Amino acid sequence: MLNATDIELSIGKAPILHNVEFQAQSGQLTAIVGPNGSGKTTLLKAMTGDLPYKGIVTLDGTDVQAIPAPSLAARRAVLPQAAGLAFPFTVLEVVRLGLTAGLGAQDSSLPQRALAHVGLAGYEGRLYHALSGGEQQRCQLARVLVQVWEPTRNGKASWLFLDEPVSALDIGHQLEVMTIARRFADAGGGVIAVMHDLNLTSMFADSILLMNSGRTVVQGNAQTVLSDEYLSRAYGCRVRVNVAPLHIQDAPYILPHMADLI
Amino acid sequence: MAIIEAGIPFPPRQAGDRSAQAMAVLVLCAVLLLVMIIASLTVGASGTSLLQSLFAWASGEPIGLREKVILFDIRAPRTLLGALVGASLAVSGAVMQGLFRNPLADPGLVGVSAGAGLGAIMAIVLGGMLPPAFAVLTGMYTVPIAAFAGGWLSTILLYRVATRKGRTSVAVMLLAGIALGALTGAIAGVMVYMADDNQLRDLTFWGLGSLAGATWTKLFVAGPLIVLALATTPFLARGLDALTLGEATAGHLGIPVQRMKNVAILTVAGATGAAVAVSGGIGFVGIVVPHLLRLSIGPSHRYLLPISALLGAAFLLGADMISRTIVAPSELPIGIVTATIGGPFFLYVLLRNRGLLDM
Ligand SMILES: Nc1ncnc2c1ncn2[C@@H]1O[C@H](COP(=O)(O)OP(=O)(O)O)[C@@H](O)[C@H]1O
Ligand SMILES: [Mg+2]
Repeated sequence: MLNATDIELSIGKAPILHNVEFQAQSGQLTAIVGPNGSGKTTLLKAMTGDLPYKGIVTLDGTDVQAIPAPSLAARRAVLPQAAGLAFPFTVLEVVRLGLTAGLGAQDSSLPQRALAHVGLAGYEGRLYHALSGGEQQRCQLARVLVQVWEPTRNGKASWLFLDEPVSALDIGHQLEVMTIARRFADAGGGVIAVMHDLNLTSMFADSILLMNSGRTVVQGNAQTVLSDEYLSRAYGCRVRVNVAPLHIQDAPYILPHMADLI
Repeated sequence: MAIIEAGIPFPPRQAGDRSAQAMAVLVLCAVLLLVMIIASLTVGASGTSLLQSLFAWASGEPIGLREKVILFDIRAPRTLLGALVGASLAVSGAVMQGLFRNPLADPGLVGVSAGAGLGAIMAIVLGGMLPPAFAVLTGMYTVPIAAFAGGWLSTILLYRVATRKGRTSVAVMLLAGIALGALTGAIAGVMVYMADDNQLRDLTFWGLGSLAGATWTKLFVAGPLIVLALATTPFLARGLDALTLGEATAGHLGIPVQRMKNVAILTVAGATGAAVAVSGGIGFVGIVVPHLLRLSIGPSHRYLLPISALLGAAFLLGADMISRTIVAPSELPIGIVTATIGGPFFLYVLLRNRGLLDM
């Protein structure tokens, strides 16, 4: 279980996050949604220790700042929103960077299996820089998967922190990647994903944090959070939430309200 | 037939895995270095057939005194020093490029060598003013230690100035290097003004960049620092690889980023400082060698760092042989040779990476 309590964060003099509360359970996929600039990436960076914050973030009851870097790396992997690469590594070499302290270090076939998972089988020899944006994102995801290959280890959940993992992807690969995340959660791991597409979020997330202007609007399940009222408040535009008649889970789906735009 | 049945000596090659390639290049560079060492020992202005003498000596036969002196008192220290300096220049270039995440970073170009040189100059000129107890303590190591300190301070300064939020601006890095070079140049000018005749003779040689003054003493002075700096590189390789993904991601991969960066800076300072202390400012080795290697074996530091050491050593021995034969019996400063090769090469790298400059 990951718990972020009363997170305050400023960059320079600019306050970005205000009293944010956030929980994520292992065995679940927890999404963070909100308009551009609402602080989703910043919250993720606070929880992964990239930005200094006030407040407490705990993983299974332990303050994350007190967990040594190598043991944290063995049970938590982070996919950043934008990932650059300074030198021309091949796809295989990039994914191998994920072979860390964990079990990955022993199993040299993991990178190829992870690449096959994200639909990049046969790309091992390509240069990372010669991939399309979506392919690069999936290559980085393979690196992240290699790092915490087992959803649970020694009875403890492994965690994936993903910042917009599917934003650059086509619809087929969006479903493929979300399914990987879903299976990871179903197998006992914890997944926290910043999401843009509310319909994908509705289909895949167990719990959703809705943010606006660096504040929590609400956190709960899809039926609670994805309501006309909350979404209109957070996104500043009118939306219409429906339930797809053919949808297996009766999950809400969201359409933007055209009347306001014309 | 038998060979085929015996199976493949290497694990089956996998697409995207360049380690077999890297091993081949490593062996090639080791052989090249060996050839260069033998050539450097035997090629030169002496006129006698030193190669025969060397082989005679190696097989235990007696050789002439003249040959012995040339081989072991003149050529051997120069060759070993050349190899060590070449290795440290190439490795400090490669480490600095990894640290700054940029193929254009090089101690010579961004003022680190100048800082190390200033340290050495200050040690020579101000050395007499040190409390005697201190001078006894550091002894002949004063100059290399001062060069190391100068290189260390300039690397830290440069990193602070050019890197913000884990990203290095190439433009700022190169410009800060110019500023650093100008500043150290000015202070060095003051030092030269303060120096007496004896010290001036010591100083003249900094500008030239040369291995001509190589002695066993110099080798014993610079050798330990260089070996120490090179010995850190196996521990840096994984961290520098991870750092290509950015500082935050390297941290998430379990790399102790801050500690790794400190070690990398010390390595650059140690290797550059020792090289500068014994051979003055020899430029461009640190940019040419790692770049050529990245083209053939890829950027993985696990192979890049050791092979840079081998190729850098071989490269500098080659340049030194050119420098002492091309205008024989006189000598061309080796810095001129490396700059003649390295200058155009650097321009070429700069043009190919033009996009990086706009960051
Ligand atoms: N380095 C920075 N300096 C100042 N403000 C920043 C910085 N990074 C992000 N911000 C601001 O913080 C807010 C939240 O950004 P972010 O968390 O990236 O939003 P998003 O929800 O789109 O991921 C935005 O208003 C952004 O402009
Ligand atoms: Mg974001």
